[in-house]
Amino acid sequence: MEKKIGAYICTGCGIGDALDVAALTKVATGEYKVPVCREHAFLCSEEGRALIRADVENEGVNALVIAACSPRVMVDAFDFGADKAVERVNLREQVVWSHPAGDEDTQMMAEDYLRMSLTKAKDMEPPVPFEGENLSKRILVVGGGLTGLTAAREAAAAGYEVVLVEKSDQLGGYARNVVKLPPMAPPYEEPQVFDLEGLIGEVTGSDKITVYTGSRIEKISGAPCMFDVSIQQNGSQAAERVGAIVLATGAVPYDASKLEHLGFGKHPDVITADQLEAMFKAGEVKRPSNGQPVNGVAFILCAGSRDPEHLPYCSAACCVESLKQAKYFKDANPETPVYIFYKDLRAHGNYEFLYKQLQKDGVFFVRGTVTGVDDDGAGALAVSAEDVLTRSPILSESVDLVVLATGMVSTASLGKPYKAQQPKEGEEELEVPADTILASNLLNLEYRQGPEIPALKYGFPDSHFICFPYESRRTGIYPAGTVRAPMDYSRAMDDAAGAALKAIQCVEMTAQGKAVHPRAGDLSYPEFFMQRCTQCKRCTEECPFGAINEDEKANPLPNPTRCRRCGVCMGACPERIISFKNYSVGIIGNMIKNIEVPEEDEEKPRILVLACENDAYPALDMVGIRRAQYNPWVRVIPVRCLGSMNLVWIADALSKGIDGILLLGCKHGDDYQCHFIKGSELANIRMSKIKETLDRLVLESDRVRFEQLSITDYGKLPEILDGFASDLEDLGPNPYKDF
Amino acid sequence: MSDVVNANRSLLVVGGGMSGLSAALEAAEAGYQVYIVEKEPYLGGRVARMNKYFPKLCPPSCGLEINFRRIKNNPLVRFFTMAEVTRIKGTPGDLDVTIKIRPRYVNEKCTGCGLCAEAAETEIPNPFDYGLSTVKAAYLPHEFAFPMRYVIAPEVIGTEEAQKIQAACPYGAVELDMAEKAFDLKVGAVVWATGWKPYDAEKIGYYGFGKHQNVVTNVIFERLASVNGPTAGVIQRPSDGQPVKNVAFIQCAGSRDENHLPYCSGVCCLASLKQATYLLDQDPDARATIFYIDIRALGKYEDFFAKVQADERVRLVKAKAGEITEDPQTGQVTVQAEDQTTGAILKEAFDLVVLATGMVPSTAEDKVPADVAYDDNGFLMNGSAGAVIPAGCVRRPVDVATSVQDATAAALKAIQATVRR
Repeated sequence: MEKKIGAYICTGCGIGDALDVAALTKVATGEYKVPVCREHAFLCSEEGRALIRADVENEGVNALVIAACSPRVMVDAFDFGADKAVERVNLREQVVWSHPAGDEDTQMMAEDYLRMSLTKAKDMEPPVPFEGENLSKRILVVGGGLTGLTAAREAAAAGYEVVLVEKSDQLGGYARNVVKLPPMAPPYEEPQVFDLEGLIGEVTGSDKITVYTGSRIEKISGAPCMFDVSIQQNGSQAAERVGAIVLATGAVPYDASKLEHLGFGKHPDVITADQLEAMFKAGEVKRPSNGQPVNGVAFILCAGSRDPEHLPYCSAACCVESLKQAKYFKDANPETPVYIFYKDLRAHGNYEFLYKQLQKDGVFFVRGTVTGVDDDGAGALAVSAEDVLTRSPILSESVDLVVLATGMVSTASLGKPYKAQQPKEGEEELEVPADTILASNLLNLEYRQGPEIPALKYGFPDSHFICFPYESRRTGIYPAGTVRAPMDYSRAMDDAAGAALKAIQCVEMTAQGKAVHPRAGDLSYPEFFMQRCTQCKRCTEECPFGAINEDEKANPLPNPTRCRRCGVCMGACPERIISFKNYSVGIIGNMIKNIEVPEEDEEKPRILVLACENDAYPALDMVGIRRAQYNPWVRVIPVRCLGSMNLVWIADALSKGIDGILLLGCKHGDDYQCHFIKGSELANIRMSKIKETLDRLVLESDRVRFEQLSITDYGKLPEILDGFASDLEDLGPNPYKDF
Repeated sequence: MSDVVNANRSLLVVGGGMSGLSAALEAAEAGYQVYIVEKEPYLGGRVARMNKYFPKLCPPSCGLEINFRRIKNNPLVRFFTMAEVTRIKGTPGDLDVTIKIRPRYVNEKCTGCGLCAEAAETEIPNPFDYGLSTVKAAYLPHEFAFPMRYVIAPEVIGTEEAQKIQAACPYGAVELDMAEKAFDLKVGAVVWATGWKPYDAEKIGYYGFGKHQNVVTNVIFERLASVNGPTAGVIQRPSDGQPVKNVAFIQCAGSRDENHLPYCSGVCCLASLKQATYLLDQDPDARATIFYIDIRALGKYEDFFAKVQADERVRLVKAKAGEITEDPQTGQVTVQAEDQTTGAILKEAFDLVVLATGMVPSTAEDKVPADVAYDDNGFLMNGSAGAVIPAGCVRRPVDVATSVQDATAAALKAIQATVRR
């Protein structure tokens, strides 16, 4: 269908008072020959929208340029159907609310923004959703313990088919060994019975769930809605096609043989919490050394946890687990002396009631660091401890049994770092911060970047985002339960249900060709113009989600349903062969080229700002909402992620005579805030490279600047923008200006 | 899925804070029609008023912005602000609910231009700042407010000023005769995510909150540190605006206390560690003392605890703080406590004392208008209600990440209630 652009300029909210709107109209109709251009004093009103609708219906307008308020607002008002491309010109927040009315520079800014948007509207196409083949909406659950069983049951209860794979011959995992769970219901004072067999029965009895026990995942290839899973079951092979995956392989107790300083391995009566639970499960709680009853027990908390020599993190469940086990002893015999050695007793939330109950039951709580577990010379064990802070000895008690509350180690962390393909000799080394992928033999993904989900700190394949705890770095694969973070049973079961919904959501969105979080619903996806590919591997290396595979000749093999639409690949590609229908190197490049750059003697420098649309761009809006002012030389282009910035844009801008380029991206580093994980970091790396080039061209590298900005840093923006403008003035005009 | 036959695939989410938003969006993105009912004039709930999240020290508006964009782009989500649910009747999968909407006095024609606020003269206590600042009687709740729509305070309705405010709006958005209205919706299930309130610190009489100006709560301290707060993020003493050089945090202010909240509120330890960094990042010479019983920094939060603890300007004292007294001349506040490690009685003066008050579930006071069960402390019980599924802090005291996780699980439970029939 032929494109017909309609430009609509709102004169409300102060726009008409501050700008020469007739001149704006002239830009559209004169310079850009836009066939339909209208002004309205209240464009978002029913009447204003009717005006646009009439043009859509009667004039065949199908690409709308709305010059009014920020694209952050009035999204509904200016939605005329998915097939009508809408481009918003932010005249309100980023022009008239943040620059003086009636000023020549303000007018030039508005006109440039209109030019840029008209250019974009001309270049972009409405996205056509990706259609995969033989799509599956089934959910694969890896791991048949408490979390995996719960995820399977919950997904099935919502109407979805599930394939459950468990490595041992029986379902139940760690929970098989567990007598009771800590309290989850009022009055929260007693361990509670949990019907694991009932849960297993629900899963095995469901006609929606296919269970593989004694099985492991040999290989998973493909992408969301098209994952092909090879399952190895006792020597035989099975194949399943699934849409999304819940990883629920759990954790294992920390290896107690490393805790010799706490007596493990030296004294048979020093055991671990899981060994004690097994004794209770078997109904035989005896001293391993002599089979005699236990007439005194000490629990040592943080055995291996919160210890830089062992597990630096807190294992989150062991305090409460030990309280529960202490309660077993007190319930069996209230007279049994029970000691709990702890640093901080982390009975969070309603577990406080269990803690209080045990205090009433007469458990001795000793706050201290255990310094030794030794023979007391009378056939029992003496536990000595010192104060956590003062290091003075505080206690030495004799007991029959010592229980080490060992922490949890994620099964995803049990593997050697996977070495990605090294660049061949003579190839340029990519200085990309590679993810740590541990070959833990859980999923065995046929992904170019490695076979498992990238591991975060301590090997947990967790989300780094507080607001989005299910954001793993592999689309459609959601870790749940103790594999992803230390947690207790109750939270693991909730986590299982949450991950099951994320898996369901992924298959539903993917089946419609839509992106999942954070660009949920986006129908665009990257297309590769392969004839010009030079097999440089940047896209396959840099994709934060491992979406792109590679053939043996290093050609990229995109998997659109793994893609999150950030455009990092587009930014990485030196040949500029990766494009979205509505977002490409060419589209943004043309926007830059359509900025009008005044001649040198006009002394009106120009600054291109590439701003992350998630954080920096809203922050720029906030400057306007607060009616603060900043330099009018800036021209802002929002980008999906700063990682989508292609260096050619900088070259385009500089050769056009633009004096400086400011990149506004999210914070990177350990506490990164980039929604696409490493977009801003990649942009920063790319920028440092172009600086070398600029220096060679005797073009001051100071003309390109990178600032990390969070969404609430709007107070600093005027200073950043004005400061950069003033530094550029000191540098003098871009020497390429008048070419 | 195709084998599910049900006319009513819609869900109601009550509460538009982090839990409610998450439950609503996760369900909507799985293909369900969702209605959000929020009591305040904006979505975002309590986190919108916070400065930063632990342990990343990142701003809540960042994640809210993404969630708001998810709403803007998803036609399956509809929301009502200044709204409450007054009735829930029926069985899971087939519920009739009644929603009441208080008048905002501003309709959907509002563009957010702010001319009404320019016309207004009366200043009212700013609810967004817990009354620590004032705002015009025609106001945008805060700059990130979603929806970006003004509110006219009921205080000026019926006055001449209201007429002026109305006259100032060129868009016909001010509707002074707007009245409370109610309407009914049919939904399959309800997620209840009305969140929490800080424990009323005045009930802990010996801490002197409400009497001593320089004793504040942790939620107020968030406002004092926020760039959009009453002091533009500069932490000052409320009594005289002087810089805070020496701050004390009192943990378990109300929590883990039979006379107040018997449970542990789960987040206050980390909140105080985080808040200590607010001050220390502003002022290299400042110091912070934390009086605590146990530091409950679970899981990987331990790293954050270790990092803050390693700052030599931070002192941790294992003690349950007793009385707080004020020097009326200087405004200094003195904390009395017994150090459980050394047994020493401490008596120390601070510029500011922050009470780490705990969480009270909203359902302790504002009950669900349906037959549901609560525990002794007002937490809504899971699974007790069939069609009303609790999410987040109405269920148990949890941090933001756990609330989101919980809300995602609750959304699935709600979906199940609609497909089960």
